[in-house]
Amino acid sequence: MVGTIAWRELRSLFLSPLAWTLLGAVQIILAYLFLRQVDTFQQLQPRLSRMEGAPGVTDIVVAPLFSNAAIVLLLVIPLVTMHLISGERRAGTMSLLMSAPVSMTRIVLGKYLGVLGFLAVLLGMILLMPLSLSLGTTLDFGKLAAGALGLALVLASFAAAGVFLSSLTNQPAVAAIGTFGLLLLLWLLSWTGNLGNVASEILEYLSLMEHYRDLGQGLVNTTDIAYYLLFIVTFLVLAIRRLDGDRLAG
Amino acid sequence: MDEAPLVHLEDVVRRFGGIRAVDGVSFQLGPGDVLGFLGPNGAGKTTTMKIITGNLAPTSGRVEVRGIDMVGDPVRAKGSVGYLPEHPPLHQELTVDEFLRYCARLNGVRRRELEESVATAKRRCGIAGMGGRLIGNLSRGYQQRVGIAQAIVHRPEVVILDEPTIGLDPIQVREIRELIRELGSEHGVILSTHILPEVQAVCNRVQIIHEGRLVFAESLEGLGDRLAATSLRVDLERPPDAASLEAIEGVSSVEMLEAGSFRIHHGSGESPAEALARRALDNGWGLRALVPEEPSLEQMFIDVTLKEGPETGEEAA
Repeated sequence: MVGTIAWRELRSLFLSPLAWTLLGAVQIILAYLFLRQVDTFQQLQPRLSRMEGAPGVTDIVVAPLFSNAAIVLLLVIPLVTMHLISGERRAGTMSLLMSAPVSMTRIVLGKYLGVLGFLAVLLGMILLMPLSLSLGTTLDFGKLAAGALGLALVLASFAAAGVFLSSLTNQPAVAAIGTFGLLLLLWLLSWTGNLGNVASEILEYLSLMEHYRDLGQGLVNTTDIAYYLLFIVTFLVLAIRRLDGDRLAG
Repeated sequence: MDEAPLVHLEDVVRRFGGIRAVDGVSFQLGPGDVLGFLGPNGAGKTTTMKIITGNLAPTSGRVEVRGIDMVGDPVRAKGSVGYLPEHPPLHQELTVDEFLRYCARLNGVRRRELEESVATAKRRCGIAGMGGRLIGNLSRGYQQRVGIAQAIVHRPEVVILDEPTIGLDPIQVREIRELIRELGSEHGVILSTHILPEVQAVCNRVQIIHEGRLVFAESLEGLGDRLAATSLRVDLERPPDAASLEAIEGVSSVEMLEAGSFRIHHGSGESPAEALARRALDNGWGLRALVPEEPSLEQMFIDVTLKEGPETGEEAA
């Protein structure tokens, strides 16, 4: 049942120009940033070769690419998730799901997996860029994998927040703006971190960006992974509660 | 389990804020019933249907489908219900086949039976040749049929159709009524409408809902009695005075409409038409028209709601 919903979601996404446009736009922007980073590396290379323990191509090209990708996708994911539930409400197709013998949990999971499918395609296309470097040089695949895992977790967290905000409204635009606002806030929370008091440390801990930093540098930390998983579960549970509430308050 | 009625509603109340949209509705639907659910706009028809299909939970009261509690065990209960809401829930970007396959899978049709279920639903709804068309490109009538196909694709025991013929042309309306009658032979059907002939054409039971309350529930024969003409409209070239019309056997009262036009009230089942025509010929009144007036739904409706007591009447006004 979850698979049916996820498949339909993915299919509808790719039947609309939205998915293709987003894939294209993201790819162009990130390719530009990637190529600039490659240029920088080539300029630095003579100096790096003389250094002991100098950063490699993975540090200089791949790590910045991934952190740029996270920020670009922070803008893009709200556009993918906005239609999930609010769009169905608006088009009146929500009753299809509500009348079917499917629990709210499965509806939310199905929709979430549908988006994850799209994000997997997106991530795959982004990964092709650093992987293309392996034609001419050796990559640190450990760091690359850690970075990819980090990016995947960040994207999955963005999507979970998007699913929840989409369940709150029947206007996709409101869902998109809400998701964007929430994600940006959670991303920027760490900026207060330099004040040094307890409150700012808590805020810093809650920030999506803080947990991404280590993974981007190749440090796989269970705390960070647990943070993202909890983040995802929290928002999905909130979305399920919200759909259940729909039936009662509707 | 077979003993349980298909649908059982007991004292169902649904409140939206301070408004009681559905206020203590109880009824049952048995196999082979085609229940017409009548009522003006905003009477609570759609809300009741949403409650039966599990789209809304009742504020209080009990809803059971085949003996399974819709609130307590919605996933099991929903499997036996097919629902066509007022606006057919269609994914415009999918083809008819894709969409129906999706709906069938969603409603738990097994993969092995999938193609056959979809084909059967399409054939019954007269869209067998439309499988590859995009739903968004279909006309309103065909979209409506896809909506019905969606509701019956998993062969539910109960089919709930919210105003299925609205916005269709007369030929489509006839075809859809034919389909509903056919559905009634296998499934229990609840059909909401505010078109009286539709009820007469397809239903064997009628319920009228008004301001959230059931104000009338009867079999179609019962409705027939109530709808029997109780007045005649007579147009005369050279009308006599009202008193000589009232003198005719079977006439209970006479109402003057305009010059030469009268409304003759009579008891149900005892039309004075023949006596009136003979008298008109004998006396040279110049009979131009003699038409039995069937009460419209509105008239019957006002009848029914006013009977409920003065308080409902005032609210309706």
